Formats: sequence, structure tokens, C-alpha cells
Amino acid sequence: MTANDADLRARRRLALAMLTLIAIAAVAGLVTGTRGFSPSAFWADLNGDQAALIVGEIRAPRTLGAALVGALLGLGGALAQGVFRNPLADPYLLGSAAGAGLAVVLVFAGVSIAGASLSLAAMAWLERVGLVAAAFFGALAGVAMTLLLAQGAVQTMRLLLSGVVVAVLLGAVSDLVTVASPDALRGKQAFMLGSTSFLGWDAIGLLAVGLAALLPLALHRARALDALTLGEDSAASLGLDLPRVRLLLVALLSASTALAVAHVGLVAFVGLVAPHLVRRHAPGAHGWLLAASAAMGAVLLLTADVVSRAVIAPHELPVGVVTAVVGGSYLFVLLRRRGLR
Amino acid sequence: MSPSLEARDVRVQLGGRDVLHSVSAQIAPGWTAIVGPNGAGKSTLLRALAGLQPLAGGQVRMQEHTVQTMHARERARHIAWLAQGGETSGDLSVRETVELGRIAQRGLLRTLSQHDADVVAQAMHATECSAWAARRLTELSGGERQRVLLARVLATEAPVLLLDEPTTHLDAPHQVALARLFRRLAQPLADGTQRAVVTVLHDLPIALRADRVLVMQAGRVVADGAPASTGLHRALEQVFQGAVRVSPAPGGASVALALED
Repeated sequence: MTANDADLRARRRLALAMLTLIAIAAVAGLVTGTRGFSPSAFWADLNGDQAALIVGEIRAPRTLGAALVGALLGLGGALAQGVFRNPLADPYLLGSAAGAGLAVVLVFAGVSIAGASLSLAAMAWLERVGLVAAAFFGALAGVAMTLLLAQGAVQTMRLLLSGVVVAVLLGAVSDLVTVASPDALRGKQAFMLGSTSFLGWDAIGLLAVGLAALLPLALHRARALDALTLGEDSAASLGLDLPRVRLLLVALLSASTALAVAHVGLVAFVGLVAPHLVRRHAPGAHGWLLAASAAMGAVLLLTADVVSRAVIAPHELPVGVVTAVVGGSYLFVLLRRRGLR
Repeated sequence: MSPSLEARDVRVQLGGRDVLHSVSAQIAPGWTAIVGPNGAGKSTLLRALAGLQPLAGGQVRMQEHTVQTMHARERARHIAWLAQGGETSGDLSVRETVELGRIAQRGLLRTLSQHDADVVAQAMHATECSAWAARRLTELSGGERQRVLLARVLATEAPVLLLDEPTTHLDAPHQVALARLFRRLAQPLADGTQRAVVTVLHDLPIALRADRVLVMQAGRVVADGAPASTGLHRALEQVFQGAVRVSPAPGGASVALALED
């Protein structure tokens, strides 16, 4: 796609702004600790005997992880809005959130039931590795159920409605499990609110590999999303095999969402707002939009993570609450001022 | 070799109702206009010809191929289709939108060559939208957008152009300009080939400038002939229930049209 000079200038400005913000937020992420954003406390931490642990093993992976998860959510949001040709689409459509939620509840309930017979180490392992895997595969299973119900990705409306049905059904099952096993409720709540506090280096590896694979695959199909802006029939008349292209895009969307959800739970609004911010400041074809939304997602979650740690230090807000408040307010203002594009 | 499409006993059902009843029609090179009252099945026939409409019976043939079973890429190289209404989403610029037409020849993945850029520039020039190449589609008026979407269709370089109400939203001078463009597009080319341009039109004076007019009513083709033929005039008057009168215009084959009270 041939972009004109004014578009290219706007993109360069936005890219520069996002890089600057990522750099600032990353430094702030390293500095912010139990005493909030405090350079003097950071200096003390650096010179303390636990510097490697606090900065190297806790804050650094958490900060990097927040950026990677944000990028996956931003990418997922831009893909969802492109596939469904709807600016209100978000990555949690199609049953991924409900699937991941149910899987997490089942793990908590299982741990609670088998608790007496499990060793402490086994329980800790289950709560750590088991939850990530359960949420990941739960999200994918949710989307798979939606695709099954919709008989593939042939009709967009059918796909969306199937996503709603699957979300309601899985949500109901998940509620039922929490009634039977109240211990699971606490775990579910933490999952629903979203949290960046458990991101470690092992997670960073997975997230980085995932993003490095998914982003190029998505960019590879960016022109299909451009063609879809003409309408589905016009895209088909250009030779696109729509059911196949849509299935591939849904797979990419689901994989990026599942990977994000598995590591931080349901962080709200990042996927929805990131593409809007990009379109507002530097609109363009999907090749740009997908990549820039990923970067914008990184900016948003990284900043939200720092804010969630700094506001009520030494305590933390769940990062999902911060993104919901900030993202929700932003959309509210946008709707009031000029409507969504 | 010039293209020709042939609908053979094409039947289409929508919501359990027959929208097309065994329609057979030969689409030859040149400009064919399809006219008829609302709900006659004009757009459905065009979609069927484009291979976009599932058929309840019959088939659309293009030389030795059946359009419905052709590979989508192969079909796109030969048949271009312009949607009615031209609703679009997203933030593409005019040039980027017209460039989408090249997907039909180049596929999704190949980058655009100098030849592609030339074809895109010619298509924008033909529909007079080169001046706003850098503007965003969302910033244009309905008529301007319609001209961009038509340029997108021309950029496919397909020999068969199926255009559903291409003159919608256009002011009178641009409607006349488009009629001239359709005529020019449907002229025999230097290499001996000739495009088939099929337009669904509500505007009878424009439609009567075509080489040939298909008149549809209630899912059937009820007349098919040259714009000057009296049989066609009577059929038009009949399907529009006397609301129009068609008669030969002075000085040639062109035909004037009068609205009655």
C-alpha cells in the first residue's frame, strides 16, 4: 500500500512518541517498588544485597512482561476490529475470555478439592504452571467451541452470536463451579481483575516467542484486512477465500489473546483502546495499524502496570482496574466528543 | 479472445422465496444495461454472474468454465464486481483503496510494481479522482466515494466488469461522464479483444445509451434488445406500469424518455 507523505509524517511522530513513552515507562517500572516511584529507594535497592533479586528477578521481568502482554492485546484488538469491521470489537470476543475463566476456576476448584492429598510443592506448581496452561488452553477451547457452533468462520454475524452464546454458557458453568467450591471464587476474581505481578523470566520467553511469531503472521495478512474494508462480497470478488482467510485471522487473534490472558488474566480495555488511539493520531492501512496497535498496547499496559504499583504503594491495585478506569474514561470522552471512528 | 458470460436457467432463492426464476441470458462483449423495477432481481442476477451468489439451480458459464466452481483467484482475474451502495469501513486513502483492485491480478502478498502503479493511476484518471489520491475515503462525499470505488474495479483490469448501480450518488454531469466511460470501456481494444461491461441502472436515460438493454421484472428477463428497438420500448413502458414513455429521439438511434403524470 502506498502511503502519502502526510500519513508517513504522522506515523513517524506517533512511532517516536510511543518509543519514548515505552522507554520512560520501562525505566519507571524498574524504579517503582514498595515505596512507590522513588529514585532514592531505587538507589538503595540497587546498593542493597538483594539488588539482583528485586530489580533483576522481579521488576525487570514484570516490566518487560507488561509490555509484551500489552503488545499481544493491542495486536489482538486490531485484528478483532479488522476481522469484524467493527471499532467496538475487542480481543475477548468469541469465547476466549469465558473459556480461560472457566479453566482457571476448574484448576482452583481441583486444587481445593484435592488440597489435602497434595503436597505443598505440587499445589504451588499447579497454581503457577497449571493456571497459565489452563487459561491458555481454556481460551483456545472457548474459541474452538465458538467456531464449532458457527460451523467455521463462513458468516461473521453467526460467528459473533456464537461467541456470545459460548461466553454465556461457559460463564454459567464457571459460576456453578464457584458455588460448589467457594475457594475457586477468590482465584476467579483475581483472574477477572487481571494482574501483572506474577510475570517472571520464564513467562517472558514464551510471550516474546509468541509475539515474534504472531506479529509477522498477522502483518502477512494485513492486505486481506484492507480488502475487507470494502465489504465481504467485494473482498471475495477480489479473489479472497474469505472463510479460510477469516479462520486464519481468528486463529491469530485467539492465539495472541490466549497467550496474554494466560499470563495476566483479563486485563480490560487495552485491546479495545490501542487501535483507537493509533487511528486517531495516525490512521492508515492494516500493515501499519496492526504493528502500531501492538506498540500502543505495550505503552498502555506498561504505563498501567507502573501506575498500579505506584498509587497505593506498598500495596498494589490490580492492573486490570487501572486499565478499565483509564481506558473506560478515554472511550467515554471520545464518544462524547466525536463518536468512534 | 473476448469474454462472454452465460447464465443458464439460473435460479436463486432467498429466504425460501424464488428471487430469480430460471433466468437465461447471454452477456456479450460491449455495454449491457440491466433495468427493471425495484425487487426485479437485477442485483441478484449481477451477483450470480459474479459468482458471489449461491444458486438453487442452473449455472453461469464463462467459456469452458463454470463461474460458481472457478477458483476464487482465477475468477477475480476475469470478473470484477462493484457493490451497490459502496459502504466501506477503515481508514484507507483513495489511492490505497484503488490499489486494492490489484489484488485480483497480484494476489495478497506481492508488492506493487511500476506497472501496478500505472494501472492504478489510469483507473483514478478515468473516474476523475486523481486529485484526491491522498485523501481518506471517509472524508469524501457519497458521489466522490462512488467514483473511487469504480476506479478500484477498473484497477482489476478484468475483462468483465459487473457494476451494481455505479451512478448512485452522482450528479448529472458525472452520470453523463460515466456513461461515456462505460461506452469507451466497452469499445474493441487494439489487440482485438473487447470488454463486457454490465451495469444495473435505475436511470433509464443513461441505460438507453448502452449497446443492449436487459429488462427484468419479478425475477425474470422480460425483454432483451437494442435501445432503439420498439419492442424494448414497449417492454419498458409495461414493466414500469405506464410511468415512463420511451420513444425514438430525433436524429438517430438514441432514445428520449418522458415521465407521464
